[in-house]
Amino acid sequence: MHIQPILAALRKHKAGTLLIALQIALTLAIVCNALFIIHQRLAHIAEPTGVDESNVFVIENMWGEQYNKQQAAANVEQDLATLRNLPAVQDATQSDSYPLSTVGGSDNFITLKVDQVEPTTDATVYSGDEHFLHTLGLKLIAGRDFRADEVKDAGQRDVVVPPVTIISKAMADKLYPNGDALGKSFYSMSSTPVTIVGIVETMQRSRLGAWAIPYAEQSMVWPIRDASPLGVFYIVRAKPGQLAAAMQEAPKALYAANRMRIINPKDGLMSFAQVRRRAYDSDRGMAILMGIICVVLLAITGAGIVGLTSFWVGQRRRQIGVRRALGATHRDILHYFLTENLLISVGGIGVGIVLTFGLNLWLVTRFELGIMPLTYVLSGVVLLIVLGQGAVFAPALRASRVPPVEATRPA
Amino acid sequence: MLAYYLRLGLHSLRRNPILTALMVMAVGFGVASSMTTYAVFRAVSGNPLPDKSTQLFAPQIDVWGPDSRARGRDIPDALTYKDATALMHEHKAARQTAIYPVGFTLVPRDAAREPFAVSGYAAYADFFPMFEVPFLYGSGWNAAQDEARATVVVISSKLNQQLFGGANSVGQTVHLDDHDYQVIGVAADWNPRPRFYDVNNSSGFTDPPDFFLPFTRAIDTQTETAGNDNCFGSGGRKPGFDGWLQSECAWVSYWVELPDAAAVRAYRSYLLGYADEQRQAGRFHWPSYVTLRNLTEWMDYERVVPPETRISLVLSLGFLLVCLVNTVGLMLAKFMRRAGEIGVRRALGASRREIWLQYLAEAAIVGVSGGLAGVMLTGLGVLGVGLVFEPDIARLAHINLGLVGLTLLCSLVATLGAAFYPTWRASRVQPAWQLKSH
Repeated sequence: MHIQPILAALRKHKAGTLLIALQIALTLAIVCNALFIIHQRLAHIAEPTGVDESNVFVIENMWGEQYNKQQAAANVEQDLATLRNLPAVQDATQSDSYPLSTVGGSDNFITLKVDQVEPTTDATVYSGDEHFLHTLGLKLIAGRDFRADEVKDAGQRDVVVPPVTIISKAMADKLYPNGDALGKSFYSMSSTPVTIVGIVETMQRSRLGAWAIPYAEQSMVWPIRDASPLGVFYIVRAKPGQLAAAMQEAPKALYAANRMRIINPKDGLMSFAQVRRRAYDSDRGMAILMGIICVVLLAITGAGIVGLTSFWVGQRRRQIGVRRALGATHRDILHYFLTENLLISVGGIGVGIVLTFGLNLWLVTRFELGIMPLTYVLSGVVLLIVLGQGAVFAPALRASRVPPVEATRPA
Repeated sequence: MLAYYLRLGLHSLRRNPILTALMVMAVGFGVASSMTTYAVFRAVSGNPLPDKSTQLFAPQIDVWGPDSRARGRDIPDALTYKDATALMHEHKAARQTAIYPVGFTLVPRDAAREPFAVSGYAAYADFFPMFEVPFLYGSGWNAAQDEARATVVVISSKLNQQLFGGANSVGQTVHLDDHDYQVIGVAADWNPRPRFYDVNNSSGFTDPPDFFLPFTRAIDTQTETAGNDNCFGSGGRKPGFDGWLQSECAWVSYWVELPDAAAVRAYRSYLLGYADEQRQAGRFHWPSYVTLRNLTEWMDYERVVPPETRISLVLSLGFLLVCLVNTVGLMLAKFMRRAGEIGVRRALGASRREIWLQYLAEAAIVGVSGGLAGVMLTGLGVLGVGLVFEPDIARLAHINLGLVGLTLLCSLVATLGAAFYPTWRASRVQPAWQLKSH
């Protein structure tokens, strides 16, 4: 197939050619960036929490009376005993927060030396007792669990820094990359060192904002009973397959034991699946929106190519007839239009690649998006070439069926 | 004449129904996606207090020093208790208030009703006139009651409905966390969005607060903040509530009202002077640094508009652009195909202007139809916005007459803009050449 005559013909349709090329360029830029955003969001959603998600639920329990520290701690222990006694419940624990909660708890700077200015990392602190690991289903891969006598009570503003902690493997690797973190210590916004007595395989953070991305999975448990006057989270692990039953009986049992509490009917009781949905709401939404934009955009661009090529075919019926009369086969005509579209696509894609990186760079500076890997552009290019060839195929086929006799008819 | 052109346009569009549908849908989809994301953007980027936004300022003081900024963080977006109370005490602005969010358990008088959680703010008397809080009954408290740590409360009309069936409840008591408070005012529906005075703690789009009580009283009862409590460094802190109050933890929001530029200048230098004083007293070991941002600057600084909303808007506008390029191409092809017809009309005496107007009328029909399709799709989009944006934000987006009008206008303008080149080309058709070639 000679390209020369195609280029010569395109020169006669400068505006139409430029418009299709421009449309392809813009589509490439938007689709690549949208796909990249979708991928980033989905990857974020797919991060593991380490929690036995199908059996765990959470109760946000607020106290209806003002308790002092001792009263609050006693009430917490009493409630936990009530929960653990329920037939559908495996284990229960208390905390000021939990993975993916997006609320409660705190995020602490972690340093290896007491006078270090620049923190080594930033980790979520969960308060937990000797039931914390088992209730959440976290897998201990080194060291030991807390002992009951290590768990201390802490009121809201008490500065309790425990001597021991259990940390996530991600955090252990960050602090001690040689894999010898067990038994070593670090400082967490205090001049008292904390010693690592256990390491769990995976334990996700409670908050997942953009700022926390460099600190993914950096988290630790402190042996603390949350005796805050405000309230506490109860985390409950149901026996396998009995989540619904456990979620139904747990609040009833708590109210029966002590009426002076508030479990918000709206979001006071949440299965971990609901927790996960809430935590990733905006990520999922963004992925859906970008998906819709991609699909509709590709459809419109494809339809636009079909429409414009159809017009060109209609306009050139006589020329096609002449070519057919002079000996061109069906195949020659078909190839002509496919090649024409390929040339326009390649031109558009050339500009599109520049636009793609321009848009990505702008999103990086404005929205901390991350640099797009080349594979996205390559897949975008393939996608648009396939789309263009597919869109042009039907009109090109129609063109190839133009009979040679058209050459003799006036347009 | 215009009616005739419109009839011609309709006739021509009906001749190629698929192509017409394609153009209309392209315009419709493009406009609808832009309008839907714009509806969300408009809802979150609105000015919550337009007539006063240039007079309200939030000060910041660098209490943690340059070390805290080593990792790219900024100075705290709240004041420490020490600084907030010192600034309140010196009373240098026209009006000022320290604010922090609190949560209580409300125990109804009626023992048969379950206690429930309420949330609100601890503030000073100036809060109400400063932020122009409207009242249904009664009023806010006064400065003397701030001093006296009075057990008074302003409740929301919603809470008033819940507790007192909407009657005038001024003088009644409300039982919050073991303490009785006397209702001094019932605020009318008031929930500026974003909630500018609390964006350092929340997204700014949460449910309206149930009550307000004096800051001094909340401190007296050792009420914790329900918002953020940002602390820095490993410095020793005394335990307990008083230890927390004396710490360098930043958790008090602070707003001042400064009526004119001179007042702003004066307050800025006062703040700097205050920080200098603290430095000389040995509290800060770094050059004094303070900021004073007005309400709109504060909204930008706190990034109230979520990045998702902006990215969506940008990509939707890009989407509209592609749809328009698509429409330009299709129109061009369609109009140029009728070059022969144009040639005849020109030969029969139609001027270029008339040809141009005729095709512009046809484009306008596409624009209006695209707009109508766009309005319907925008309606669908706004309904489905909950799938895409967080619930707090999604429920703010709604369709109203303004949005419908804007959608129609936007699609008409966009289509006419897109039609500019194709119609111009149509009007430049050489009649002689066209007639000769047939």
